[in-house]
Amino acid sequence: MSLPVIYSINGPVIKLLDTEHFSMMEMVYVGHRRLVGEVIALTDTETTIQVYEGTAGLRTGEPVEPTGAPLCVTLGPGILNNIFDGIERPLHTLEAVSGAFIADGLSVPVLDEERTYPVTVKMEIGDMVHPGEVYASCPETSVILHLCMIPPQLSGRVVYAAPHGDYRIHDEILRVEDAKGIIHSLTLCQKWPIRKARPAVRRMAPSRPMITGQRVIDTLFPIARGGTAAIPGGFGTGKTMTQHQIAKWCDADIIIYIGCGERGNEMTQVLEEFTALADPRTGRSLMERTVLIANTSNMPVAAREASIYTGITLAEYYRDMGYHIAIMADSTSRWAEALREISGRLEEMPAEEGFPAYLPSRLSEFYERTGCYETLSGHEGSVAVIGAVSPQGSDFSEPVTQNTKRFVRCFWGLDKSLAYARHYPAIHWNLSYSEYLDDLSDYYTKQVHPKFTALRNAISGILKEETELMDIVRLIGADVLPEEQKLTLEIARVIRVGFLQQNAFHKEDTYVPLDKQFRMMQLILHIHETAKALLAQGISLNAMKDSGVFEQIIQVKYTIPNHQLSLFDTLTQSLDDTLNALHTDKQEGLL
Amino acid sequence: MSSLQYLGLHSIRGSLVVLDHVEGIQYDEMARIVLEDGTERTGRVAMLEGDRAILQVFEGTSGLSLHNTKTQFTGRPMELPLSEELLGRVFNGAGRPADGLGEIFPEQFADINGLPLNPVSRHYPRNFIQTGISAIDCLTTLIRGQKLPIFSGTGLSHNKLAVQIVQQAKIAQETDTPFAVVFAAMGIQNDVAESFRRSFAESGVLQNVVMFLNLANDPIIERIITPRCALTAAEYLAYEKHMHILVVMTDMTAYAEALREFSSSKGEIPGRKGFPGYLYSDLASLYERAGMIEGVEGSVTQLPILTMPNDDITHPIPDLTGYITEGQIVLDRGLEQSGIYPPISVLPSLSRLMKDGIGAGYTREDHAAVSNQLFAAYAQVQDARSLASVIGEEELSALDRRYMTFGRLFEQHFVAQGEHEERSIAQTLDLGWKLLSLLPKSALDRVDHALLEQHYDPTAAEYFGIKE
Repeated sequence: MSLPVIYSINGPVIKLLDTEHFSMMEMVYVGHRRLVGEVIALTDTETTIQVYEGTAGLRTGEPVEPTGAPLCVTLGPGILNNIFDGIERPLHTLEAVSGAFIADGLSVPVLDEERTYPVTVKMEIGDMVHPGEVYASCPETSVILHLCMIPPQLSGRVVYAAPHGDYRIHDEILRVEDAKGIIHSLTLCQKWPIRKARPAVRRMAPSRPMITGQRVIDTLFPIARGGTAAIPGGFGTGKTMTQHQIAKWCDADIIIYIGCGERGNEMTQVLEEFTALADPRTGRSLMERTVLIANTSNMPVAAREASIYTGITLAEYYRDMGYHIAIMADSTSRWAEALREISGRLEEMPAEEGFPAYLPSRLSEFYERTGCYETLSGHEGSVAVIGAVSPQGSDFSEPVTQNTKRFVRCFWGLDKSLAYARHYPAIHWNLSYSEYLDDLSDYYTKQVHPKFTALRNAISGILKEETELMDIVRLIGADVLPEEQKLTLEIARVIRVGFLQQNAFHKEDTYVPLDKQFRMMQLILHIHETAKALLAQGISLNAMKDSGVFEQIIQVKYTIPNHQLSLFDTLTQSLDDTLNALHTDKQEGLL
Repeated sequence: MSSLQYLGLHSIRGSLVVLDHVEGIQYDEMARIVLEDGTERTGRVAMLEGDRAILQVFEGTSGLSLHNTKTQFTGRPMELPLSEELLGRVFNGAGRPADGLGEIFPEQFADINGLPLNPVSRHYPRNFIQTGISAIDCLTTLIRGQKLPIFSGTGLSHNKLAVQIVQQAKIAQETDTPFAVVFAAMGIQNDVAESFRRSFAESGVLQNVVMFLNLANDPIIERIITPRCALTAAEYLAYEKHMHILVVMTDMTAYAEALREFSSSKGEIPGRKGFPGYLYSDLASLYERAGMIEGVEGSVTQLPILTMPNDDITHPIPDLTGYITEGQIVLDRGLEQSGIYPPISVLPSLSRLMKDGIGAGYTREDHAAVSNQLFAAYAQVQDARSLASVIGEEELSALDRRYMTFGRLFEQHFVAQGEHEERSIAQTLDLGWKLLSLLPKSALDRVDHALLEQHYDPTAAEYFGIKE
């Protein structure tokens, strides 16, 4: 059979005058160099294909080979502790094949085919199996047990089961005969189309926070397991830094970090840092429970579009094993731009700012693949997405930010003026919100402290009041305010500098457990009350400021280690004493 | 090269020509177009459709008719001849010798589009480059292998600054690795290019400079390949000849505008402000060519210069650049007008790589503290100033008045410095501490207590000759 041939080439988009051989979203090999491509449009006269690799050097008339299957990822042990490009090609293997620069048309196995895993087989001949059931398990890394599950469309009777032992990913583990009498051979790995969500039994309501150890997030704008959050911010406001911090410290089981159209050096840094970083939970390298997907800005744009789907499909696979996954997508704007670029090449009618009209539906499709699920294997697993958004010109009214806002429930708005003053994380309390507060208040009440929510609201109230007062100060200066309002400003400063600002490079402050977050809030609000009472007794705010009490509270993040929270009691006592001494001083006429 | 020649053209549109009935043509391959008078132009395949090829002509299409050309396809992408002889030479924007010294004798050829560098092969940049300019060294530290653009405006002293950086930068500090500059001019005036050449000559580095000049009156299409030629040369010298290369590219705004002109002549759907939707990817394909390779001696450091149209940092060119590059140095008209050189606007300037390249072992242990505190304090200065503009400086609180003094002296003594003044990092940091000491200790909340005790200088006010 002669293969259909290329008719036209325009950047990553090629067209064929053949409509017989292809179906929508089918993966194809393009040209003699067998570049990976995907069918993105079919009309009565032509087939349009986007190519995931560089098309320079391609000729019209070269053949295009259909594969009969949509673009798939390979799922199996070996995904963790690895770095892939946008279509799941392992970058270490590409380096071994083509050197430091990535050539086109490279075909390499996705997972290590030679490595053996000690497999425990959970089935015997004659067992009936159902979709999602676990038939084998093996330790993928020292911290993650990999479960092999019956593919979602298969059920039947086991006719062969391998004994326990060491196997490679393509070795046969199980043979299943389905109702029609067809025999299916199962190995340690399987394939799944990236654009199709993996099925689960049912979706569950979010009820547990994903704890990040970042105060402004955990306390003020928490995200749930299986939740969605957007981090929009202009360049230099710290989107990537915030994502790195969450990836390093959040209590998800598995981290999937998608570098989508971002800087190459950033991915190198993540790779280096995560490899070297001892995981706080396991003591092993953080990479042992991390997957990196790096499709940097200079890599082919179509693969950038696919990278987001590749990432979420891997996440769903591990979710089905009963793990909690956090995806960092940096940045979804680059993904949207890839959509725009391809849409432009297809000469589609653009909507806002040249973005295609289907931008909102693509975004919602992506974010809706997150959530907390009861899986087919009977576990509970979740996928959370934290997506960075890079608004054009730092303008939050642009289409990607606006549309993202509609589909995420946490919004951590980064602010340029905070970043300029090197207040990090630059998440601005007035721009941000979390819709999970109510869902999670139960957890905070029971697991942390009954008063957690009340204190949180008090802190947020003071910040709100500060914003209003600052409007006045900006017009007439701070001196004219009454003492009590000046105190509010001072306490707000303590909250901003001592609580919200967090030093990612300080070993105590880079991660702060919820207990300490709570104690810090408690201390600040307690001193606020004490100071208020003293003001009423005629002690001036300046005297309190001079006593250094507020500076001591600001330093608490450094001075009290995370595991010695009892020091809070001593400190509270000593600060109270210092303040009350002012009162005695006054009575004795010393002030 | 195929000996087949195609006579005539189907049509001409702007800088694009259309040829019909061609066969076996590769996407992105180069073609030679010979006119009747024997002159030659270069074209590149921009689109293929059936037996029709659309070519972009680098030297422009004026003088071309539908009948007076012969086109020959080379079967190769655009390639640059490379050898160490590049050093000290001047080329036009398309990589042809422009100094009358003849062709270079190539050791190899390389596709000017380059290939993406595998993230796992990159070496994460960590080595501090001392530029001798306080505002850069202390606050937006330049790192070897970084891409750090200068965001400027028309008429600001960005060229002077770039020259000073080139002259003072200790790129190859403490190693024997040779150092060279690759200079790419895109759409700049003849005078500016000449002044760069002169200052390279004055500082005696001319034999270590490769220049690619596409001047303001040179063809637009050629401008699109100028930075690619320059970066190909830079990569060759860095990774094959193991040199530390500083690439100065000016002006990226002219480049992006050329890209827009070319895109619209192809009839593409425009994005923001008429720029093509792929401006981000296109700029990234240039900027991402900075870096270092693990296990390979040599580096490519980029210093692109762009003039922000109407001084607007949210304009697509600076905006997208900022999203790709590892920081930016922003110049400010207000500072320039108050006579401060270099007019570096400190707050929006940033170096993303500095956090890993400063501190003990790289610069000095107190570097991070000083720079954080200077940023925070200077941000306070802005607040004090805006308050002062409403209620008057007299009415400010004592602390705010000290901030005002600090801000003024910071700009005059720290940001400002002479065109040939070179400050070591130690001098710069000491100066930073002196300025910070103008503020009360309690206001310095970004520095560690121990460092503060060590460096706080109560005599700072006298040093700067001010009365409390």
